[in-house]
Amino acid sequence: MKERTADFLLEIGCEEIPARMLPRAVEEFKVILEKYFASNGLLLNAPVEVYAAPRRIAAQCRALRVKQPDVTQEITGPPKSVAYDNVGRPTKAAESFAAKQGIAAGKLKLVSTPRGEYVAAVKVIPGRAAMELLREMLPQVIQEIAWPRSMYWTGREAVRFVRPIRWLVALLGGKRIAFTMAGVASGNASAGHRFLGKAKVPVRGPSDYLKNLRANYVLADPAERRRKIERQVAAHGARHAFRAHTDPDLLEQVTYLNEYPTVILGDFDSAFLDLPEEILITVMKDHQKYFGVERRDGQLAPHFLAVIDLDRDRSGQVKAGHERVLRARFADARFFWQTDQKQSLGEHLPKLEQVSYQSKLGSYADKVARVRWMSRWLAEQWFNSGIHQADVPAADRAAELCKCDLVTEMVREFTELQGIVGGLYAEAQGEPEEVAAAVYDHYRPVGLDDPIPRNLTGCVVAMADKLDSLVGCFGVGLVPSGSSDPYALRRAALGVVKILLERKLPMSLSAAISAAAKALAQHPPKLTVGAEIHTQVLDFMLERARYVFQQRNGFAYDEVSAVLAAGADDLVDVAKRLEALKAIRATKNFPPLAVAFKRIRKILEKAGDPSAWRLGAVRTELLAEGAEKQLHREAQRVAREAGEHKRAGRYREALQVIARLRPTVDQFFDDVLVMAEDEQVRRNRLTLLAELLKEFSTIADFSEVVSEGSR
Amino acid sequence: MKQFKKRKSQAKGLTLQGLILALQKYWADRGCVLQQPYDVEVGAGTMHPETFLRVLGPEPYRVAYVQPSRRPADGRYGENPNRLYKHLQLQVILKPSPADIQALYLKSLAAIGIDVMHHDVRFVEDNWESPTLGAWGIGWEVRLDGLEITQFTYFQQCGGQDLDPVSVELTYGLERIAMFLQGVASVYDLRWSDEFSYGQIRLDEERQFSVYNFEATDPATTWKLFELHEAEAKRLLKAYDDAEGEEKKRFPALAVYDLCLRCSHLFNLLDARGLISVTQRAALIGRVRQLACGVAEMYLEQKGKAEVPA
Repeated sequence: MKERTADFLLEIGCEEIPARMLPRAVEEFKVILEKYFASNGLLLNAPVEVYAAPRRIAAQCRALRVKQPDVTQEITGPPKSVAYDNVGRPTKAAESFAAKQGIAAGKLKLVSTPRGEYVAAVKVIPGRAAMELLREMLPQVIQEIAWPRSMYWTGREAVRFVRPIRWLVALLGGKRIAFTMAGVASGNASAGHRFLGKAKVPVRGPSDYLKNLRANYVLADPAERRRKIERQVAAHGARHAFRAHTDPDLLEQVTYLNEYPTVILGDFDSAFLDLPEEILITVMKDHQKYFGVERRDGQLAPHFLAVIDLDRDRSGQVKAGHERVLRARFADARFFWQTDQKQSLGEHLPKLEQVSYQSKLGSYADKVARVRWMSRWLAEQWFNSGIHQADVPAADRAAELCKCDLVTEMVREFTELQGIVGGLYAEAQGEPEEVAAAVYDHYRPVGLDDPIPRNLTGCVVAMADKLDSLVGCFGVGLVPSGSSDPYALRRAALGVVKILLERKLPMSLSAAISAAAKALAQHPPKLTVGAEIHTQVLDFMLERARYVFQQRNGFAYDEVSAVLAAGADDLVDVAKRLEALKAIRATKNFPPLAVAFKRIRKILEKAGDPSAWRLGAVRTELLAEGAEKQLHREAQRVAREAGEHKRAGRYREALQVIARLRPTVDQFFDDVLVMAEDEQVRRNRLTLLAELLKEFSTIADFSEVVSEGSR
Repeated sequence: MKQFKKRKSQAKGLTLQGLILALQKYWADRGCVLQQPYDVEVGAGTMHPETFLRVLGPEPYRVAYVQPSRRPADGRYGENPNRLYKHLQLQVILKPSPADIQALYLKSLAAIGIDVMHHDVRFVEDNWESPTLGAWGIGWEVRLDGLEITQFTYFQQCGGQDLDPVSVELTYGLERIAMFLQGVASVYDLRWSDEFSYGQIRLDEERQFSVYNFEATDPATTWKLFELHEAEAKRLLKAYDDAEGEEKKRFPALAVYDLCLRCSHLFNLLDARGLISVTQRAALIGRVRQLACGVAEMYLEQKGKAEVPA
């Protein structure tokens, strides 16, 4: 029998919902609805589809059950022997059980259970009508959507939502699902575009929802709006022979800022093109949500594309208005630029004393003093290790200037341009290219996909700044937890990792942490950073390193564990060892060897505290002839050979040599009982295995590698 | 509205005073009391007692007024065409907020000659907060062809008190709107009336106060003034705490609020001179907020509706 279904539509009509919140909220809305539908037995195969535009969130489903399935319930009563007398008549016990279940005693049936035969009442609980369920469910569904920030508008005890709810459409099979929320009664009328459409747009359900709204200048489906914007942006480009700066973030934002997006082209005075491109683009993109436009040669063109929430610009006033706003913004930027140039960047330095970095870590002037010290230390390190581009005076100068732009008019207005503005000013004021670029880049990388600073000096200052933040903040107890990371320490640690790996810079993480701690001790706030903090910071950075190795470089979890367990102080070295391990693990000797090492580790762990059994060295006279002596000999030979490769940085070769130990190790385990009767022999064998494990775990701890079978 | 849509006459759009008259008329017709600007220096129309105090408690109220708002740090010696030390806000409070408030607001735009069919009007997320007043709300800035013309806020808290009912606050940036309507690029070119320009009326004031705010204030005196006003306000708050019965009822809470406003303005003066470090800032704002919250509590208690947060 075909099940009876009906289509479903719910639209929450709202005052303008913040664009940044919509994409997540609507996904959550879908999950919540599916959860409620499924747990109430209403969901069939038809998917729940969701839509969102600034004034609405909607969901529809083409087929929901109109009624929950009936549920048959069997309630066991007294045993048969108690329920019937010897002539088979129901006893009092049976009568009262039946009465309690609301059925006649004659309707009781017998069921067999492991404990014997019992009477049971079989009841069919009829499923409830979907209409009735939805009426109760929908207000809960709506309230369950989590918003980053919600409000109340009809009194403190009433409904909270992201913005006031002004209408509700709730239909099942075209019929109204009646409920009231925040004083709004559900109905069948949606609303069109605020200016272009009808205030009331009747709908029947999923069959005409999108269509009727489209006729009233609302594209409820974000995908449709995005396509329209992309199409119009491309059309403008084709018509005028330029290319828009297509920016996925901006595209996403404008998609959710409009109900009926239309892209218009505006112009600005080309005289503004002498301002740096970064500033012009920031003003257009971040402040005005315009797409910038470039000519074929890649130069910025004096035009912009604005996405407006109208079908067209009827009288050209929209274009004129947007142009006027942009002109004023650009004029401001030019004013800031000119004002800021009255002083050199370095002259701003004393003002940094007034700018607090963190109350316990002092001002930005204090931070700069530490970052300078740390930058010199890093540059010296690298210069001494043969990296000749490491330029100590340049690093010192860049560090000195790196935070000066924080007190410029430009950065006060456009905070997202910190660093960049400093770099531009440094360049304009004749600082060496190396220094200017370093200042410009020193906040980089700001994420996994952001590039690292372009030159070594930039890498030095970026690392010094980040290490100071990490050690300083951990030192005063500002440890990130959950989603709270106000000083962006995860990003800082990720930045350090990325810079080291991508520039292949050799550095001891612990030495660097110690140096940052020293800078904090020698300069204000004269903070003492204990060993515990040191370990915390190191672990925190390794966690980020693991993330990079796995997410970015595609290493497996166990490979990273194995290599980090064998030493993690120099990430470039870690990366090399990882490559070697990844290459070797596919070869035939490796997996059994890893199993053998795991076995060794288990044996040693079982043997308990090493001080109870460990000998100073393996005593050869206690070794048994055959497999044991063989292993000892072979291990010494392999250790020599692998050691040579390792010292030369040929990790892969070293691992190949080690892997060749496999038959010898297998033979040992086949022939020799480690836990021998004789205590001395036993202790000697354990010592042999312990040395083996130690000797061959300096590149990667094989016992951490998960074998193929168990993966 | 019609006359400026078609032709570009020299006298395009409403004069500034015409704009004020039109908005006042519009809101008066919708039941607003037309109040006058407050006569103590304030940084925003919200600080007028007609907003700060009226949104507290349960009594319905509707009010509209122009408030000259002083922001010493924003002064530009009259040289920047868009930035002013003192600008005019037209403030509307509707308590409780009506369900059709957005439509009401949009109609007010029509009343000043803005045809929404010809403009890109939107409500862009912008939650308002005044840490000095212990006040915040949820809302938008209204953008007209990309220009911010109004702050639109559902008040959630004021003076540290949760609000019930919720008031809606509309703050029109009058210079910006007038510049838009008149199509001028500099605020000083605005026609204030048919005879006078904004520059003729206000330029000297902008110049002189920029000099005063950035150069001529004596830091030590300004600090002292801040502390004197704060101490006086605290003395009174304490006196209120100690008072009883009838004495409490007739206590001059409103005068304490004036002192609090002066502290806020003096703080802004100190800030304009760059005399407040970042660390000090939060602490000073907290001190002013304490006064504001004290007044709010006192005000509610006097009305018999005290809601002292637990």
